Amino acid sequence: MIREITIGQYYPADSFIHRLDPRVKIVCTLLFLISLFIQNSLLGYLIATVFLAFVIHASKVPFKFIIKGLKAIILLLMFTVVMNLFLTKDGAVLVRFWIFQITEGGLKLSVFMAVRLIYLIIGSSLMTLTTTPNALTDGIESLLRPLNKFRVPVHEVAMIMSIALRFIPILLEETDKIMKAQIARGADLESGNILQRTKAMVPVLVPLFVSAFRRANDLALAMEARCYFGGEGRTKMKPLLYRRQDYLAYAFVAAYVVVAFVVGRFVPFHIWIF
Amino acid sequence: MEMIRASELVYEYEQRDDEGNVVGMNRALDEIELDVRPGQFVVILGHNGSGKSTLAKHMNAILVPTGGTMWVNGRDTKDPRELMNVRQSAGMVFQNPDNQIIGTVVEEDVGFGPENLGVPTEEIWRRVEDGLRAVGMIEYRAHSPNKLSGGQKQRVAIAGVIAMEPECIVLDEPTAMLDPDGRKEVLRTVQELRKRKNVTVILITHYMEEAIDADAIYVMEGGRVVMQGTPREIFGRVDELKRYRLDVPQVTMLAEELRRRGLDIPRGILRREELVEAICRLS
Repeated sequence: MIREITIGQYYPADSFIHRLDPRVKIVCTLLFLISLFIQNSLLGYLIATVFLAFVIHASKVPFKFIIKGLKAIILLLMFTVVMNLFLTKDGAVLVRFWIFQITEGGLKLSVFMAVRLIYLIIGSSLMTLTTTPNALTDGIESLLRPLNKFRVPVHEVAMIMSIALRFIPILLEETDKIMKAQIARGADLESGNILQRTKAMVPVLVPLFVSAFRRANDLALAMEARCYFGGEGRTKMKPLLYRRQDYLAYAFVAAYVVVAFVVGRFVPFHIWIF
Repeated sequence: MEMIRASELVYEYEQRDDEGNVVGMNRALDEIELDVRPGQFVVILGHNGSGKSTLAKHMNAILVPTGGTMWVNGRDTKDPRELMNVRQSAGMVFQNPDNQIIGTVVEEDVGFGPENLGVPTEEIWRRVEDGLRAVGMIEYRAHSPNKLSGGQKQRVAIAGVIAMEPECIVLDEPTAMLDPDGRKEVLRTVQELRKRKNVTVILITHYMEEAIDADAIYVMEGGRVVMQGTPREIFGRVDELKRYRLDVPQVTMLAEELRRRGLDIPRGILRREELVEAICRLS
């Protein structure tokens, strides 16, 4: 099941988007998300669609792969659509049956909300699909560096994130090993209701935690032995440097946001109720 | 000047009961005397709990002595100002290959040490390449460490230490968790390094076979150095070694048995060829 979620997965390819500085991708994704929320018109969404289609094409990530990421939010999506559809009372009533009624405003809101959510997920998964987890943590570290002034341990948090990323596969493998070991001892991990199955996980989780702490201790020793004394005085093997293409990308996305905002807000263009 | 020198080194820690009250002192290391000269290959042998890993941790200032002194490259490990220098001089490779790799890509892991030392970026790249070449892992530089074998992971760990350009490498049971192939691979890498870079190597192990090429062997038991000498001297004392629960290499054992049955074979045979030669000379 874990494998089905594409959010947070990296799709290796060699494209313009892949080569961009991670900071550019993080900032631009945020800008795109903001652009979805500062306007609320058909034309604005059309522009967003064109922009997204262009970026997806440039990223060389197969469209199918991106769509897979939406599976994870289908429930949430349906929930929002249904709630907005039936609970918004705004404008003329379109359909009425029993105690339910769908109004013009409700239909408009639910459709726009659904589009917003879908674009939001596609936009952010595009970022993670085209950026290695390492580059992503580097980017976050670099962007959050100003917080150092407020005594936020930015370097440490980034280090923790990248170590976590390194140990996820190791701990997954270990979980698998422990599960098999417990099954071999007669543990039943698969039958029963949710409560029973959760209970059956205890003999898996306890050794997993013990081993995780042991690993953490070993790793801390190994890091100290290699002269790790925290972020101060460290140099970088792969420092982040803005290149021409990164400025171009910034300019392009900024232009998109301005156009989407101005056109979406001020150009009157309506089809039916939208 | 000695690369590593210990004088009357003592390490004690408090022994606590279940409630955390101190019930006594445990002496993990007891009056250790150690002299390692630059370029030497020194093996420290010992059974589990003999204190050999504790001693190793002193060479990197992860632990500092509670009594006596430990000098690494002329620097007292107790001095906190020398911490960075001590750790840079004596690089350390640990037992578990998974738990000492920090980077998510091989080359980034090798670069971790130099990054900590504040080495400029271009110099880091040069050192990473140099380190990976020295252990023969250059073609894996862009791989994820998770997909490597145990022996390969240990070689990456060794490269990570070399990239810090230490004068001395301390290997704390680097082969204990590896299969026989991985063990050979790591030992071969260490031997090649010694030849090419002329670094001092201190190998901590409980496999006797790994000690055959050593310049000096220290045998530890109960926190003390109980035997000390060249491989030939040490391996000649089979009974004593057995008392310290160490397995003597098969060839040495066979030679010893033959000698006891009255054949004229010298003590301390280390290699199969030596035994063959000694037997041929008999008739």
